[in-house]
Amino acid sequence: MTFRIPKCSTFIAAIMMAGCLVPVMALAGTASSPQKEILTRYAAETGGIAALSAERGREFFMARPASGKSETPSCTSCHTNSPFKAGQTRAGKTIAPMALSKTSDRYANPKKIEKWFRRNCKSVLGRICSAREKGDFILFMTSQ
Amino acid sequence: MTKRMRFLKILCILSVVPGIYASTASADERYRPVQNERVLGECGECHMAFQPQMLPKRSWERLMGGLGDHFGEDASIDPKTQKKIHEFLTANAADSSWFGGRFMRGLDSNSAPLRITETPHWIREHNEEVPESAWNRPNVSSKANCPACHRRAHLGDYDDD
Repeated sequence: MTFRIPKCSTFIAAIMMAGCLVPVMALAGTASSPQKEILTRYAAETGGIAALSAERGREFFMARPASGKSETPSCTSCHTNSPFKAGQTRAGKTIAPMALSKTSDRYANPKKIEKWFRRNCKSVLGRICSAREKGDFILFMTSQ
Repeated sequence: MTKRMRFLKILCILSVVPGIYASTASADERYRPVQNERVLGECGECHMAFQPQMLPKRSWERLMGGLGDHFGEDASIDPKTQKKIHEFLTANAADSSWFGGRFMRGLDSNSAPLRITETPHWIREHNEEVPESAWNRPNVSSKANCPACHRRAHLGDYDDD
């Protein structure tokens, strides 16, 4: 006599297995959010995630380097000194708050992130930003 | 035709003329709204995507050639996007149609202003009408902020002044 699993139990077994897989997949999902991926990328160039610091990112954002263009002496000239507040461009357009909790689609598109770091680092600092500065900044803003 | 009928006819014509004049005058400051996704996305991130009919081709060429220092900011974009935006702006510039746009009036043939606010048409439209205090209102902050006063500017409608 051969052992045969009834079709019904196969179905139940499949559902149970899928049920086990759901939480695993959900965990994997949080682990690889677009923001995490971007942080990992910057961290890889600068000694790993542990080497990044949200506090340094906060200081970077709040600083007034005034070494770039005179119209933009600091990040806060346009973004205000609170990541939770909307800013304003010099031409009067509203800038969505920088904190991820306020603007959920921020720090998800690598091309867009690089475009704005390229422009704004040059405008505010008069130079390009390092991978560590970018990583610190995003770590700070995604924790807000 | 009796005298009375002739009088009525003239009266009719006279009453229609101001109507036609009024309707064209009220639709004077209208421009094609910008619908180009690239232009709305790139230019419109920092300021209103101004209608290209507000500057001549030579101005747009100068402007697009100097995005690295765009009124004090680095507004550089990737070469492919830059080319596409350049094409759109010059193809729809103030001098792109045979009859010439409003923004060509009074503009010196070799002047290529970078700011719309430096064109004779813009100056004519704002200088007498807008008091200096209006520019200092906190919600205005810049002369480039058309929608602060022209609520339908993004639709190309500047009749609300």
